[in-house]
Amino acid sequence: MSNNVLILAERAGDKLALVSSELCGIGRKLADEKGGSLVALLLGGAGTHELAKGIIALGADKVLAAESDILDGYTNAAYLKVIDAVLGEENPNILLVANTSMGRDVAPRLAFRHNACYAHDCTDLSIEDGKLAAIRPVHGGSAISHIRSKTDSLSIASTRAKALPLADIEEGREGEFMEIGVSVDADEIRMHFVEAKKVEAEGVRLEDAEIVVSGGRGLGGPENFEYLQELAKVLKAAVGASRAAVDAGWVPTPMQVGQTGKIVSPNLYIAVGISGAMQHMVGAGPSKNIVAINTDAEAPIFQRARYGIVGDYKKVIPALTEKCKELMDS
Amino acid sequence: MDIIVCIKQVQDPDIPPRDFKVDEEKMDVVPPANVSPVINGFCENAVEAAINLKEEHGGKVTVMTMGDEKARDGLKKCLAMGCDEAVLLQDEAFEGSDAFATARILASAVQKLEGFDIILCGRLSSDWSYGTTALALAEALDLPSVSQLQKVEKTDSGIRCERALEDGVEVVEVSTPCLLTASNEINTPRLPSVKGILMASRKQIPVWGATDIEVDPASVGKAAATFEVTKFYKPVFDGNCEFIEGESLEDAAGALALRLREDKII
Ligand SMILES: Cc1cc2nc3c(=O)[nH]c(=O)nc-3n(C[C@H](O)[C@H](O)[C@H](O)COP(=O)(O)OP(=O)(O)OC[C@H]3O[C@@H](n4cnc5c(N)ncnc54)[C@H](O)[C@@H]3O)c2cc1C
Ligand SMILES: Cc1cc2nc3c(=O)[nH]c(=O)nc-3n(C[C@H](O)[C@H](O)[C@H](O)COP(=O)(O)OP(=O)(O)OC[C@H]3O[C@@H](n4cnc5c(N)ncnc54)[C@H](O)[C@@H]3O)c2cc1C
Repeated sequence: MSNNVLILAERAGDKLALVSSELCGIGRKLADEKGGSLVALLLGGAGTHELAKGIIALGADKVLAAESDILDGYTNAAYLKVIDAVLGEENPNILLVANTSMGRDVAPRLAFRHNACYAHDCTDLSIEDGKLAAIRPVHGGSAISHIRSKTDSLSIASTRAKALPLADIEEGREGEFMEIGVSVDADEIRMHFVEAKKVEAEGVRLEDAEIVVSGGRGLGGPENFEYLQELAKVLKAAVGASRAAVDAGWVPTPMQVGQTGKIVSPNLYIAVGISGAMQHMVGAGPSKNIVAINTDAEAPIFQRARYGIVGDYKKVIPALTEKCKELMDS
Repeated sequence: MDIIVCIKQVQDPDIPPRDFKVDEEKMDVVPPANVSPVINGFCENAVEAAINLKEEHGGKVTVMTMGDEKARDGLKKCLAMGCDEAVLLQDEAFEGSDAFATARILASAVQKLEGFDIILCGRLSSDWSYGTTALALAEALDLPSVSQLQKVEKTDSGIRCERALEDGVEVVEVSTPCLLTASNEINTPRLPSVKGILMASRKQIPVWGATDIEVDPASVGKAAATFEVTKFYKPVFDGNCEFIEGESLEDAAGALALRLREDKII
């Protein structure tokens, strides 16, 4: 067993996903505390080798890249096989993944297989007495638990998006790069990837937006998201939603903000007709400024907001849109 | 098509935040009085998905849970929704089990049953939110797994799964036997019918303990946990909302825009 930290980096199309940088940031810190090196692994189809080299600038001492057609689309079984082989070779003390649809899908299986401690959806990680310690919000964010691994051997954690700082970029940083062979037989994995369909939001991406306008059940129907679109256009904002609005079929899942949706950290989050349930605030909470518009003065959202207006959004939003337009034009 | 569904009873996630209490010393939640536990939402989605598959392709649905006596109510509800059989896994040795120990218990119970094509679980529990038990169960039984489904269909060659992703969907085909986890997009769980409730009340729910399912007591329960909880508390939020008012709501909205500009937020 080494003192090394292995991170599972991720691709987002032709780029490294932002979570790769978050993982490098915390991974570097933990590796330094343990006196080990930071090793990164990237898997995917064509282009993975080239992309992986970029992880050295994010603080990795060694980067492993697995590029193969069979890894082009994600399947649990093929990815598990490759990652597990790397675990065997590298023998890290800690494996970090992001809490994404890939990370949370591989980590529990690897942890169970290796009798490792697994800490899911962590907002911070540290080393206590040589062991991995984690902070995990539980009960939809209503409580926080601090946990510590009981084992000196492998511990695994998944990190929550936007909870941890990005890695510093150091161009020209030196590190080792290795291509690793992929020997996954399509017949042995008992599943195959068929296709991926991306839902592209119009305009600004929710995760990257400086301003987010979000709507909930209080909007009363899908057509009323038009009110928010107008405001969003003026503010160059992205439009999000609560799960209630998604469950009602008013807007698609990728617009959902919250524990089981996206985590956003804009400068301004405008919550319209959203009560502010804890599970929603898991996603909206990292925003720097929250504005709430709600007919119910007792709605929990006001406890998290900097500014609030108690009233019907149908009156508030058009006037807000108009005034913002005037201000933005001036 | 024979399906096993694993469900978990949880504290109602919809209780107002002020009723959510914790005991920092015991490092546990204090359940609110007079609020009954409910079936974890994603587990109810899993039950509905299983019943739909059965209705279309035949077979039977067995639901099971590891839990206390209150967990029996959850199983009853699933029977009333249309599951055929239910099993309650209960033993002093199981208490304090973490997700891996729970997976070991479930795996042993599955092996006692007569075989299956699919195991369906929820993608995450709304209380302790480890998102671990189901996939660890797949690992324990060496089953292929596909998680967070928004759609599931039987095809000639296996099961076609649509995974709900952050930015779209992913389609994967998997062979049986397999383990799948349900996301909320997959369906809206039915309410039990009066007839269903009546039928369910006549069904026996066997209770299986460690010896029944041949689980080594040392491999489960609190002592087997791979981590320890060192601190447990409720987060505090400052709650300094400034309410913007005006002659009319339109005026308030205008004033809000000005404030945001003054603060250089817009
Ligand atoms: C495991 C789990 C995961 C979850 N994950 C998420 C998640 O990722 N994201 C998420 O959002 N939720 C999530 N939820 C659901 C969450 O608990 C809430 O049910 C949900 O956020 C409520 O959505 P809402 O605020 O739109 O609806 P409601 O709570 O019904 O609130 C609607 C609000 O609109 C207000 N309103 C009504 N009319 C008007 C009007 N004309 N003008 C202004 N205001 C008005 C009302 O006063 C009310 O406050 C999750 C739940 C669980 C159990
Ligand atoms: C009384 C009590 C006190 C606890 N105290 C703590 C604590 O202080 N700190 C702490 O960190 N954890 C605590 N736990 C959590 C406990 O370790 C978890 O319940 C367990 O690890 C499973 O994880 P999960 O509930 O997050 O389920 P997940 O892994 O999120 O569950 C996913 C899916 O697995 C299946 N599943 C999960 N559990 C069961 C089950 N019991 N029976 C059948 N299927 C199941 C369901 O399909 C579920 O949808 C406590 C649990 C209980 C009951």
